[in-house]
Amino acid sequence: MNALTIRNLKKTYANGNEALKGIDLNVECGDFYALLGPNGAGKTTAIGIISSLVNKTGGDVEIFGHNIDAEFEAAKSCLGLVPQEINLNLWDTAGNIVTNQAGYYGIGGRTARERTEKYLRALRLWDRRNDIARSLSGGMKRRLMIARALVHEPRLLILDEPTAGVDIEIRRSMWEYLKDINAAGTTIILTTHYLEEAESLCRHIGIIDDGRIIEDAKMSTVLRKLQREVFIVSLAAEVTRAPQLDGFKTKLRDDSELEVEKGPDHDINDLFEQLSKHGIRVVSMRNKANRLEELFLRLVDNKQRLTGGV
Amino acid sequence: MNIALNIVAVRTIIHKEISRVLRIWIQTIVPPAITMTLYFIIFGNLIGRRIGSMGGFDYMQYIAPGLIMMSVITNSYGNVVSSFFGAKFSRHIEEMLVSPMSNATIIIGHVAGGVMRGMLVGTLVTIIALFFTRLEVAHPLIMITVVLLSSVVFSLAGFINAVFAKKFDDISIVPTFVLTPLTYLGGVFYSISMLPEFWQNVSKANPILYMVNAFRYGILGTSDISIVHAYAILLGFVVLLFSACFFLMKKGVGIRE
Repeated sequence: MNALTIRNLKKTYANGNEALKGIDLNVECGDFYALLGPNGAGKTTAIGIISSLVNKTGGDVEIFGHNIDAEFEAAKSCLGLVPQEINLNLWDTAGNIVTNQAGYYGIGGRTARERTEKYLRALRLWDRRNDIARSLSGGMKRRLMIARALVHEPRLLILDEPTAGVDIEIRRSMWEYLKDINAAGTTIILTTHYLEEAESLCRHIGIIDDGRIIEDAKMSTVLRKLQREVFIVSLAAEVTRAPQLDGFKTKLRDDSELEVEKGPDHDINDLFEQLSKHGIRVVSMRNKANRLEELFLRLVDNKQRLTGGV
Repeated sequence: MNIALNIVAVRTIIHKEISRVLRIWIQTIVPPAITMTLYFIIFGNLIGRRIGSMGGFDYMQYIAPGLIMMSVITNSYGNVVSSFFGAKFSRHIEEMLVSPMSNATIIIGHVAGGVMRGMLVGTLVTIIALFFTRLEVAHPLIMITVVLLSSVVFSLAGFINAVFAKKFDDISIVPTFVLTPLTYLGGVFYSISMLPEFWQNVSKANPILYMVNAFRYGILGTSDISIVHAYAILLGFVVLLFSACFFLMKKGVGIRE
């Protein structure tokens, strides 16, 4: 069974803006799915419809087989949402916010209090449980929204840019936590502008642009489409000009750093062999840009190339 | 519908609403207490002494039920409109909208919160009134049912106002330009029998007149209008306004894009 099935989902806003032009999407049970797209592509609209915050114009959405219109109670019980914008009651305490959310899902009394403690501890907010949300930092508010979304232990968790504005240490700890809950069986859909985040966490990827899904595949399949990669190579000794390498484009960044673009017909071993022949020793090497980021930009910038393969 | 889920959800909303009222008691409880104390001192004690009796009661006794009802109405309305619009404004209404609780549960929870605040303030104003005059309840059941139904009506009205409100100014327009004039013209301070016949008939189009008089009947045993009419109007408004709230929630007016 799919965790999420979307069929021909359409949304046209009152101002005529056609945000979704009939998207189809299937997210498998237990998956960690990245839904990517530029600003205004339709990601948040799609998430809004799935979570009943936006009225759809047409199409169907099912969460674990429950239609969101016909079986809204069962469908909504399966879903947890961490929205893009902070939507906390800033005058209520962190503890109350999470406990109340449990109550909205029919979980009351001791169970609600125990779950509140469990998730506030897991997201390192237990010490701040009596503080009003307004007094929390931006990162804490984001973690509080995750705790709130998890308190009814949903089978599908949707996170709309959960790590925006969060420092790297907290972000990494949030990644580990999300990996853990996914490993425990929760299906996760993530939208993010940190493509490194999507690449390291997600197994499937969907790219939405201008209200249409332009890519929906396994992460490994998508990354294989990336036939050109650019590397920064740090050299052991200074060079005065870029070496001419067969099958690679080279450019000198400075005396000891070389930018190398690898085509589809050559591999990294070729690169090292040819550099050795020129008497150049490599100290280290890194991707110039995150691989997914490079692919994403190409897909979005040039949809015509997508149809013929990237 | 999962009844157990919705019972827990409605209890949660009521608990949240009561906590909110008590947390900001300086804004929710103290102002009506001060305002009503001033009404009792100025209209009841100072001016009322010169007016003498009305409807067979001294003026202070006569206006006390109306002032209690006025505080119930304004606080029930004010609680729901400010709480629900505040939730819309800061978007934490989404906490409820994403959850499986029904639209009726959201409405009932907020209305119950409004009624709780109305009753709390009403009780406080009654206690203040007892410092100024003697009140013996003639018909307790009528008094309780009328005040509860009136509180429900104005909580529902506050909910509708909050649904349509787009900015904070919008939540003060109805109380200022509709609620306050209707309350003052609803027989709080006078008996409509004092008015010429034409204005008596005009007054009868004011629903607050029925609430104030029915409540006064519950306490003092005197009324300008038929109690049966008052109940019919109150129940009619409850059904009408609840249906309107339910329709607006279902359509997502003002809350879902």
